[in-house]
Amino acid sequence: MPAKQLFLVALAIMVSPALLLGAGTVSGKVTYTGTPAKQKTIDMSKEPSCAKQHPTPITTETVVPGARSSLENVVVYISAGAPDEPNAPAQAVTFTQKGCQYIPHVLAMHTSQELKVVNDDQTSHNIHPLAKINREWNKSQPPGTPPLSAKFDKEELIAVKCNVHPWMHGYFAVLKTTHYAISGDDGGFMLPDLPPGKYTITAWQEDYGTQTQDVTISGNETKTVDFTFKAKPY
Amino acid sequence: MNAVSKRFVLSLGLAVSVAVPSFAQQAHAGNLTGHAADGKKLYRRYCIGCHGPLGDGNGENAQWIDPKPRDFTAATFKCRSTPTGTLPTDQDLYNSVGRGFTNSNMPHWDALTNQNRIDLVAFIKSFSPRWTTEKPGDPIPIPPEPAITMQSITHGAELFQKMECWKCHGQQGRGDGPSASTLTDSKDNPIRPYNFAAGADDSRFKCGVTNQDVYKIFITGVDGTPMPSFADVIQPNDAWDLVHFLRTLQTNRHSKENDVLKAAGGKIPTKAPDAPANTDNKGSGGGN
Repeated sequence: MPAKQLFLVALAIMVSPALLLGAGTVSGKVTYTGTPAKQKTIDMSKEPSCAKQHPTPITTETVVPGARSSLENVVVYISAGAPDEPNAPAQAVTFTQKGCQYIPHVLAMHTSQELKVVNDDQTSHNIHPLAKINREWNKSQPPGTPPLSAKFDKEELIAVKCNVHPWMHGYFAVLKTTHYAISGDDGGFMLPDLPPGKYTITAWQEDYGTQTQDVTISGNETKTVDFTFKAKPY
Repeated sequence: MNAVSKRFVLSLGLAVSVAVPSFAQQAHAGNLTGHAADGKKLYRRYCIGCHGPLGDGNGENAQWIDPKPRDFTAATFKCRSTPTGTLPTDQDLYNSVGRGFTNSNMPHWDALTNQNRIDLVAFIKSFSPRWTTEKPGDPIPIPPEPAITMQSITHGAELFQKMECWKCHGQQGRGDGPSASTLTDSKDNPIRPYNFAAGADDSRFKCGVTNQDVYKIFITGVDGTPMPSFADVIQPNDAWDLVHFLRTLQTNRHSKENDVLKAAGGKIPTKAPDAPANTDNKGSGGGN
């Protein structure tokens, strides 16, 4: 009996960090109904060093629909229910300018997490986050200069643009949680490591706005939460 | 603790608790101290027509004005001595009120006394809570200006190419670069890049007339507009070379830079486009 008790205590100690971290998962798929607006083909002829990187001209990425009505680049995150996480992950997130395009188009980060902006092009870019809650700033980054480092300390969805290349548009999703995901090319997303509790999940698409759904997680179950946006045809 | 020091601590505590809340309602420039309460009366008389009762730039005249009056609720300001994304100093705002904004409807307020101007600065700061939660940025230091020489002007011209200033401002600085027609400010209003060649002998920049003012424009950036900050990518001495070159783009304005250029034959030597990469090493004249 004592040996069995010891084993149970040991098991409890081993399991408790996992319980603390949480083993529940919310996963799902983002889709659209209707007909999304046709994206515009980008004319980069004014910037030949970028144009030649795209044998097939790229299009705008305001809405990125995929197969079976899936929707890419949607930010899905826990907007209520999870305690605010005061500490930013030590790892920086990277926003790359390549071929006069932002990669990724939508970059999520935790408040105060380090953001690195990289210029991989042979042309100057200016990085201009049009923040309204955080401070708006605007910095030039000529080719060959080291990555630029920045932080945003308040939660905000910030439009980013390059004034030199007016077709370059992107977003920073600055969040108070690390429980976030960006839907992939199949519209899928996953929010793992959730402790038991009641959560509000928010999905945000830059043209279609936000949607929220509530979900309750108990134990280490996986709950499916799908989002469907109504496409704007224009 | 004896009675005297106790009293001192008590009065210090009182002084701090009184001074802190009112600090945001004040502004300082040189020996002047501005008070928001006095500035409010002046604002209602002189500024409200364009900047509006809420300070958001939507006064009754605003619809007729381009560029639009400043929105003080955003606390984003063009002419600063401080880094991009930071609040300007009181002195920066005080200078702007007195100087006005060339090519806009904002006049230089000669009719106002220095005390009036600093009182207005104190009041303008009441339109955004940022003035209570943030401090102005640290002014970017400007090293002494080196001599105006052809070497400096030539190097400045190279930087104008390398930094791609011409993408918006055009090769002759006429504000007609390839991106010029697409530019918008942060409120999506169309905006034109500065045309260096326009204007006569009195042509001036938005943020001042001195070479130091020109230096500050591209180092700090013009916040709220497409003009970025080059503080991280241009070294201080290189920045002075760029200032000297930019002056030569103001072809109708008399300047020492234009005199130096004229004396040298009026042409800036261009590096051969196929110049070998080690040219700079030879020129620097030093070993490792």
